[in-house]
Amino acid sequence: MKRSYIFLLIIIAIAVGVIISTTGDASQYVDFAQANQMAANGDNDMVHVVGKLPKSSMGDIEGMNYNPGVDPNYFEFSLIDIKNHAEKVVYFQPKPQDFEKAEQIVIVGHIKNDVFVADKILMKCPSKYEDKEVKI
Amino acid sequence: MDLRIGDYGHLFIILSFFTSLLTAYGYWEASSDKGIIQNNSWLVFSRIAFTIHAISVFGIVISLFSIIYTHRYEYHYAWSHSSNHLPVYYMISCFWEGQEGSFLLWIFWHVILGGILILVNKKWEAPVMAVFMAVQAFLASMIIGVVIPYLNIKIGSSPFILMKEAMPDLPVFSIRPDFIAEDGNGLNPLLQNYWMVIHPPTLFLGFASTIVPFVYCMAGLWKGWTKEWVRPALPWALFSAMVLGTGIIMGAYWAYETLNFGGYWNWDPVENAVYVPWLILIASIHLMISYKNSGTALRAAVIMVTLSFLLILYATFLTRSGILGNASVHSFTDLGLSGQLLIYLLTFTGMAILLIAISWKNIPTDEKESSVYSREFWIFVGVAVLSLSAFQVLSDTSIPVYNALAKVIGITLSLAPPANPQVHYSYWQIGFAIGIAILSGMGQFFWWKKIDKKQLWDALYIPLILALLLTALIILVGAFDEYAGEKIEWYIKVAYIMLVAASIFSVLSNIMIFTKVVRNNYRLTGGAIAHMGVALMFIGILFSSGYSKIVSLNNSGLLYNRDFSEDVNRDNLLLFRNTPEKMKDLQLIYKGQRIEAKGYNGYVNKDWVFPTADPYKVILRKDLKDKNVLVFKRGDTLETNPENTFYEVSYVKVSGDTFTLYPRIQQNPRMGNVVSPDIKHFIGRDLYSHLSAIPLAPDERDWSPTETHTIHKGDTMFINDYVAIFKHLDVVNAVPGVELGKNDFAVVAHLLLLGPDGQAYPIHPNLVILADQNASGSIPEMNEELGVKVSLDRVIPETNEFVFSVNTCQKDYIIIKAIEKPGINLLWVGTGLTLLGLGMAMFRRYREFIAMRNKGQEIA
Repeated sequence: MKRSYIFLLIIIAIAVGVIISTTGDASQYVDFAQANQMAANGDNDMVHVVGKLPKSSMGDIEGMNYNPGVDPNYFEFSLIDIKNHAEKVVYFQPKPQDFEKAEQIVIVGHIKNDVFVADKILMKCPSKYEDKEVKI
Repeated sequence: MDLRIGDYGHLFIILSFFTSLLTAYGYWEASSDKGIIQNNSWLVFSRIAFTIHAISVFGIVISLFSIIYTHRYEYHYAWSHSSNHLPVYYMISCFWEGQEGSFLLWIFWHVILGGILILVNKKWEAPVMAVFMAVQAFLASMIIGVVIPYLNIKIGSSPFILMKEAMPDLPVFSIRPDFIAEDGNGLNPLLQNYWMVIHPPTLFLGFASTIVPFVYCMAGLWKGWTKEWVRPALPWALFSAMVLGTGIIMGAYWAYETLNFGGYWNWDPVENAVYVPWLILIASIHLMISYKNSGTALRAAVIMVTLSFLLILYATFLTRSGILGNASVHSFTDLGLSGQLLIYLLTFTGMAILLIAISWKNIPTDEKESSVYSREFWIFVGVAVLSLSAFQVLSDTSIPVYNALAKVIGITLSLAPPANPQVHYSYWQIGFAIGIAILSGMGQFFWWKKIDKKQLWDALYIPLILALLLTALIILVGAFDEYAGEKIEWYIKVAYIMLVAASIFSVLSNIMIFTKVVRNNYRLTGGAIAHMGVALMFIGILFSSGYSKIVSLNNSGLLYNRDFSEDVNRDNLLLFRNTPEKMKDLQLIYKGQRIEAKGYNGYVNKDWVFPTADPYKVILRKDLKDKNVLVFKRGDTLETNPENTFYEVSYVKVSGDTFTLYPRIQQNPRMGNVVSPDIKHFIGRDLYSHLSAIPLAPDERDWSPTETHTIHKGDTMFINDYVAIFKHLDVVNAVPGVELGKNDFAVVAHLLLLGPDGQAYPIHPNLVILADQNASGSIPEMNEELGVKVSLDRVIPETNEFVFSVNTCQKDYIIIKAIEKPGINLLWVGTGLTLLGLGMAMFRRYREFIAMRNKGQEIA
C-alpha cells in the first residue's frame, strides 16, 4: 500500500474519532422527569435543564436558601421545568449575582440523592443585552 | 427634530451598496479579454466607482459617530448603545456593540484593504477587485435596511433607524409623537474596558483581511493563473494570521481581566468560531510555503485558502444569526438577518467550489510521492494535524447547527454543548498540541529538500537529549504533582509531561535554527521565532490551566449540607470586614468598599463620602490626602462613577509582605451586576481573585425591626453584641450636602460602639432642625462593617433625653474566590514571539513580491 493511503486512513480514523466524541460528549436538553429517569438507571451524565423560578403571588421567589454566614458555598433553590415539574436544586457555589432577576435559567448537572446537583447555572436576563424599557 | 444627519447616513449606505456592485461589475468587464483599450476605460470607471464607494463608507462612519457623539437619542442606535455619561473613548466602542456597527467596521476595513490592493498590484487589480467588491456588496447589503415592497422582505438592518421606527409600540409615542429619550440605554458594562476599544477593530481587521488570499486564489483560478496567485497572496495570509491572532489573544486577555470565569479561554462558540479559521489559515500558509519551495501541495493550498475564508463566513453566520441561542454569552442579538447571512455563506461556498472544480485539472500537481526525509512530507503531516485540530473544535461548536438542521428535516434533536467543555476539548487538543510541538521542532531542520537519516539524527540529537533532561528535571522539581483536592489521572499526567517535553524540544531546536540563520540573514528567522513562540504558549497554557489552583478553599469546617460533602470543592471564602482569614500561606483581610474620584490617584473609602441626589457626585466627609499632600478638603464635592465599587482586600504573607487587590463590581441599573477580578502578577504566576457574592444593597436587605432607645447623654445602650456609649453632642451650623437656613442648625450625636473584643467604632447620626419651618429631619448613619444603622429621631428638651432608633442587619462581608495561575507569563511571551515571527515572515514575503513585481514578473 502506498504511504499516502496509510496517511489518509489515519486522518480519517482520527476524524471519525472526533465525530464519535462530539456525539458522545454532547449533553442533552432534558426535563426533570428524564433527568430522574437517568439517575434511576445509574446514568451520571450531565444534562441541561431549562426552567423558571417559582414565584409566590407577591412576586417573591420561593424555595431559595442562601446563608453565606453559615456556608458561602451552598446555595439551594427550586426550579420549575417546561413541563411544570419543580425540583430542588443545590449548587455548591455562592448564589450568582442577579439570580433573582433571571427570566430563564439553564442548569447543568445531574440528579443525585433525589436532588439536582448543579455544576453550572446559566442565566438569561432579559435586561442584560437588550432593554425594552425607555426611561421618560 | 432635524433628521438630516440620519438621512445622509442612509443615503451613503445606499450609495455604498450600489457603488460596490458597480465597482465589481466594472472590474469584471476590465478583466475580460476585449482588448487593452476597452479594459483600460473600464479600469478607470471602476477606480472612480471605488473612490465614491470609499467616500460613502467614510460618510456612513462619520454620520453614525456624530449621532452617538451628540447623544441623538431619537436614533435607536445611539439610544441603545450609548448614554450621557459615557466617556468619548467608549463612544468608539458603541460602534461595535451593535450588529450594524460591527458590519460597518468590517466594511470600513475592506475599503482600506481594497485601496491598498489597487495601489500595490496593478497587474492583478481587475480580477482580484471584481471578486473583492462582490463580497463587499453582500456586506453592504447587511446594513442597507430596506423593505422590498409587496414581497415584504427586509434586507439588512440600518443603524440610522429612529426610535419611533424601531419601537413603534412604545406607549409614549401615542401621547407625544416627538418624544426623545433623555438618556441612552448605555454601553454594556462588559465593554467598558480599554481592551474593548482596541480588540474588536483588530479582530475585524483580521476577519476582513482573510478575504485577500481568497480573492487572489479565486482570481488566479478564474484567469488561469493557477500557480501565480501564491506569491502576492502569501504576505497577505501572513498579515491576516498575525492580525487575527492578535485579535484573538486580545479577546482572551480581556476575558481574563474582565470576566469572572477564571481564565482566558472558555471554549465559547464565539471564541471557537474565530479560532477555527485561524488554524486553517496557518495550515494554508504552510502549504503555500511548501509550494513556493518545491512545487508541491498547490491543490491543497487552494482548498485551505478557500476554506479559511468560508469558515470566516460560517463564523459570521454562527455569531449573528441567533442560532447559538443559549450556547454563548457574546453572540449578537438576532436582527432577522439569518436568511441573508445564509445566502451570503452559500453563494460564496457554491462559487468557490464551482471555480475550483472547473480549474482542478489546470492546477499543477507533483505526482511523485514525497520522501519521509523531505520537508514537504512533514509540512503535510503538520497541516493534517492543524486541520484535525480545527475540525475537532468545529465539530463541537456546530452542535446548535445540528439541532437546527434536524429540525428542518423534521427530527427533534436536543443536543447541548458538552457539559464540561474544558475537559472535552483539552483531551483532544493536548494530543494535537503534542503533534504540533514535535513537528515544529523538527520541521525546521528539513531546510534542504532532502536529507538522510544520518543528517537528521545529527541535527536532532542535541535538542532531543536536552529536552528530555530538562523535562526530567521539571518532573523531579515536582511541577507535575497534583495538589490538595484535585486528583490528576496518571494518563493525563503522562500527556502533560509529553506536551512539556515536546514543547521544550521545539523551543530548543528552534533556538538552534535561529542562531544558525540569524548570522546570514535575520529576515529569514520569522519561522523559527514563531515556532518557538507557539511552543512557549503550549507550556504556558498547560501550567496556567492544567495546574491552576484554587487557593481560597474554605477551611472553616462549617458545612450547610453534609449530604454531598465528599465530592464538592469549597472554592469560595467568606470574609467579614476587618476579620482576617487564613488562605494557604496568606492571610486575607477585607478592608471595605472603595470608589474612584476624578482628580485623585487611588481609591477613596466609600465610608468617607456622603451620597448626593446626583449619583455621579459625592461629598467628602474627611480630608483626602495623597502621600501627605492634601488633595480634597472635607465638604468638597467629588466626581465619581457610581457603577464601580472596588473591594479592598489585603493579602499578608507569612514573611510579612503585603499586597492589596481591588476586585470590582460594576452595578449597572439596567444591565445588572458585573464582577471583574483583580490580578497580582508575579514572574512565575498570577494570583487572580474575584468576588463571588456581596450582600444586597442596603435598601434590599433584611433589616431587624426598629428598636428605640430613649437615653441621656453619657448613658449606654445595647446593639447586638455591641455597647453603644452616647459620649456627647455638638450643635453645628453646616451639614455637608444639606442647605441650612439662617436660623437652622443640626445636632450631631457622638456615639461610640464597643465590640466584644474591645474595638471601638464612632458613629454620628445627625438631626437637622429647621427652626423657621418648625420641622426636623434625621440623617441616620450606617456602619456597613457592623451592619448597624442609628438615627437620632428627636430631642426631648423637658427631660434632656434623646430618642435613638436602631436597625441591624448582617455584618458587611464579601465572598471571594482566588486562583493561582502558574506559568501564565510564558503564554504571553510565547504569544508575542509568535506574532513577531508572523510579522517578520510577512515582511520577507512582501519584499519577495515587490521584487518580482518590479521586475514585471507577477505572472510568469
